[in-house]
Amino acid sequence: MEERPAGDDAAARTPDDAVDEAGERARAIRESVAVGVATAIYGISFGALSVAAGLDVWQTVFLSLVMFTGGSQFALVGVLAAGGAAAGGSAIATAAMLGIRNVVYGMRMKPLVGGSPARNVLAAWITIDESTAVALAQKLPGNARLGFWLTGAIVFVGWNLTTLAGALIGDAMGDTRAWGLDAAAGAAFLGLLWPRLKRFQAGAVAVGAAVVAAVVMPFVMPGLPVLIAALVALLVGWFNLFDRRRRA
Amino acid sequence: MTTWHLILIASAATLALKLGGYLVPVGFLERERPARIADLLTVALLAALIVVQTLGAGQALVVDARVPALIVAAALYAIRAPFIVAVAAAAVVAAAIRAFG
Repeated sequence: MEERPAGDDAAARTPDDAVDEAGERARAIRESVAVGVATAIYGISFGALSVAAGLDVWQTVFLSLVMFTGGSQFALVGVLAAGGAAAGGSAIATAAMLGIRNVVYGMRMKPLVGGSPARNVLAAWITIDESTAVALAQKLPGNARLGFWLTGAIVFVGWNLTTLAGALIGDAMGDTRAWGLDAAAGAAFLGLLWPRLKRFQAGAVAVGAAVVAAVVMPFVMPGLPVLIAALVALLVGWFNLFDRRRRA
Repeated sequence: MTTWHLILIASAATLALKLGGYLVPVGFLERERPARIADLLTVALLAALIVVQTLGAGQALVVDARVPALIVAAALYAIRAPFIVAVAAAAVVAAAIRAFG
């Protein structure tokens, strides 16, 4: 079925005797814990923002348990906060479109961490930016697997605990606008966007999408500006515009 | 559509996408153009969400305490501050401007 030998250490390992295996393994564990804990902590902001958007504590907790992909979760509650129930369709579409990158991650991780159907479901559940990034940063396939599962597990447990804490805090806050939580939402999206802006093309798409969203906002229903702005990505991605790496 | 309906549909969609990566044969999204569009889609959606969250008030564009809050967050990300610090600082800035402004 698979084109590559699925996660066979011996087969995939580069014949590099200089690699310090114990050190590499320790590094994988360190990175998993650092990334996992740092990510898990900001579940607090999701929990608080979700409650501020009008979801109850159970709905908020459900999203972190089942959806479990930060960008989509923030997007869903963000669009609902801006447009209310009338923006429901747009909220679902935005969350789903932000989840498309997880398909790519799954394809990359499958040869490393996939296996039986149950194993695939577990792996898919915790396939997110962070688990994939830590796994792909490892040199040895065994450490990549370790990094994936460890990071995913830490983020899953931590994210759900902090989501609950954030939801309870948000619930107790009352007027979340007075606490500046509406401004925190923009800052949260910026934090998710920031590491993706290393390439010129991504920066151009970000600016283009921001301008399109602002221009169409007064004319369309809340929720739709984000979907219309997504067309910028289709256009630039399809024709590979603004690609500074391209050879003339 | 109730909020629960929304949540169930959106969760089912995102979970199905995650499973899709493990179920479909390696291929489609590994090709250059679909992979590039998937990457840029994330960027475009996040950028548009920033605008909507920072300038939107229903269908109107409004400049208020959220703008300086976002600028402070951007400055913090630029000096590699952690996510939670930047997000909390943005909330504090907006809250302070509203309380004392």
